[in-house]
Amino acid sequence: MRAAVTDLPLELVDASLIGRDVHIVTGLTLTLGGGAPTILLGPNGSGKSTLLRLAMGLARPTAGRIRWAGRAAPGERLAMVFQRPVMLRRSAAANVAYALRAHDDARVTELLDRVGLGALGDRPARRLSGGEQQRLALARALARDPEILFLDEPTASLDPAATKGVEDIVRNVAATGVKIVMATHDIGQARRLAGDIVFLARGRLVERADAAQFFNAPTTAEAAAFLRGDLVI
Amino acid sequence: MDRRVVLGLALASALCTPALGQDKSIVVASTTSTQDSGLFRHILPIFKARTGIDVKVIAQGTGQALDTGKRGDADVVFVHAKVQEERFVSDGWGMKRFAVMYNDFVLIGPKSDPAGIKGKDIETALKTIRDRQVPFISRGDRSGTHSAELALWKAAGIDIEKESSEKKLGAWYKAIGQGMGAALNTAGAAGAYVLADRGTWLSFKNRGDLDIVIEGDKRMFNQYGVILVNPAKHAHIKAALGRQFIDWLVSAEGQKAIADYKINGQQLFFPNATVLGA
Amino acid sequence: MPDGASALELVFGGDPALYAIVALSLYVSLSAVVLAALVALPLGALLALTRFPGRTFVVVIINAFMGLPPVVVGLAVYLLLSRSGPLGSLGILFTPKAMIIAQALLVMPIIAALTRQTIEDLWAEYREELTALRVTPARRVATLIWDARFSLVTTLLAGFGRAAAEVGTVMIVGGNIDGFTRTMTTAIALETSKGDLPLAMGLGLVLIVLIVAVNALAWGARRVGEMRAG
Repeated sequence: MRAAVTDLPLELVDASLIGRDVHIVTGLTLTLGGGAPTILLGPNGSGKSTLLRLAMGLARPTAGRIRWAGRAAPGERLAMVFQRPVMLRRSAAANVAYALRAHDDARVTELLDRVGLGALGDRPARRLSGGEQQRLALARALARDPEILFLDEPTASLDPAATKGVEDIVRNVAATGVKIVMATHDIGQARRLAGDIVFLARGRLVERADAAQFFNAPTTAEAAAFLRGDLVI
Repeated sequence: MDRRVVLGLALASALCTPALGQDKSIVVASTTSTQDSGLFRHILPIFKARTGIDVKVIAQGTGQALDTGKRGDADVVFVHAKVQEERFVSDGWGMKRFAVMYNDFVLIGPKSDPAGIKGKDIETALKTIRDRQVPFISRGDRSGTHSAELALWKAAGIDIEKESSEKKLGAWYKAIGQGMGAALNTAGAAGAYVLADRGTWLSFKNRGDLDIVIEGDKRMFNQYGVILVNPAKHAHIKAALGRQFIDWLVSAEGQKAIADYKINGQQLFFPNATVLGA
Repeated sequence: MPDGASALELVFGGDPALYAIVALSLYVSLSAVVLAALVALPLGALLALTRFPGRTFVVVIINAFMGLPPVVVGLAVYLLLSRSGPLGSLGILFTPKAMIIAQALLVMPIIAALTRQTIEDLWAEYREELTALRVTPARRVATLIWDARFSLVTTLLAGFGRAAAEVGTVMIVGGNIDGFTRTMTTAIALETSKGDLPLAMGLGLVLIVLIVAVNALAWGARRVGEMRAG
């Protein structure tokens, strides 16, 4: 068994990304370390998704740099759950098995149970409900045994019950030591899950603080406006 | 993994079909008119019963059949264009030409006979057709029938090829570049005259308004010859089996089989392997 | 086939020669599609997923070759397989093998072009997910082809339709040999040239029914598959 290489700390130094369809982000500088979940909070279009993609290695910055534990390329133990998961045209169990490095039925069952889909393993994945598919996406991501799990607004299209299901799983995963980095525009969700908050607006990192600090005493005007419920344009 | 195995098997079985009679078989390049007459359907089973050899007939125009022989894609050629056949042998592509049988050509045309040539001799008839510019269909495909047609025009004092190359030929003469059946179909549709071999005519079903206008003229004689392709030119030619076929065709049994082939009680081909100079 | 038999009599009378011709047509065209798919499916997928200098040119050529004239393909293969040609020593001219190869060449562009389009569209959907899962390029091709399998069945049917309907290729490389390389289309051409038009038309109807049947079977298989795999 190879020694697992760590990707933490994950550093962005003055990273920018300019593209046609992609949100623009400018001058992002932050370091992500292990520990409690980091929530990327901000209105739509603030660059949360782009930041996640940069950290995951799905996009390359047009300026600045990103380092994974000092390396220029990301390691193997990163996983991501997208807002709308894309399921392969096969059973739920097969989707999870697809993500495993080696054939392991026991592990597939274990992962399905962990996300509460143990009974639905044989169902065609595309016929699961929205919430079930999102949980399946989580199981698939966990199959990669990630050190860092990125989530891009995973409950944005789900009803409250399904949202709770996903949040519970995220909390459990965080408790096992996996670093969670999750984007959301839902203040309530951020409150429920956060260790620390990274607040973005208009493509810039505006404020970063522990959850308690951020919600009780935000230091920037945009953060305060956002928390008040104003539109941050 | 399963899927790939299945696909691989499908491919393998597709390419490894049992060779049907390929052990004892020959390829004979013959003409469309001979095939269209149905002669092979009749005589080949008899040959197979006697020798166990499968004869695979490719029906092409005479020109193409001889070309197929030159390329080595056929073991035997069986066509009806004596001049071209003799050149085939003298050029070294074939071993020896054997006469097999003859049938005759007939001039086919509309029952109404717009050119008014019924009962005349072929030379006069052709001259009349040309002078009156009556529609005429030619096969135009270097076939035996086409060669015979051109020879008949020449006998009537008309050099079709020369006039065609000098662009002096009118629209009444249409060369379609296809086989006998197609030519008859076209003539029927266009109300035109066409030279056909009697064999194809007798088995032709789409006669419509067409009928025989002129027959029996000695110049409309159609001789068939068979030649073994020279094995010195192509090593894989099945010379022994090919010779068996030729020997059988000119033998008493083969000649009788040819003579026995009838449509509606009428004999199509007349065996003449023993006739000198045929 | 007895000359002069009425087409209906022939078709419903269980004539063994007719069955042999139908069987050969199906065998040749289906085999050709399988052979073509083995080359064209991965080729189409690769074209969809890779970028290289000259890619646009290749895509345009393959699209254009969907309209390759069958008789030209037949002639080209004939010249290749003729004893006087480069591959003459194979000795497969005027056999069903040659017909399968020629039809496979005819049908490859269609399958490749449609596969490319299908896979390209699917890749747009799957790209982020598969990249996040760090799927290797080889595995990507297999996954996309498998997930697109229902659309690809339609693609294969398009190829089969083209193969089963053409006459120029199989006539030239097969030679329309009675009982050996005679297919539905070459038989129809022959009967037409012999002037037996009712029989030719009857055969034509049988051919159409055949093609419809294959399509219906494939549609049924697709429905079953879709219900099972979503």
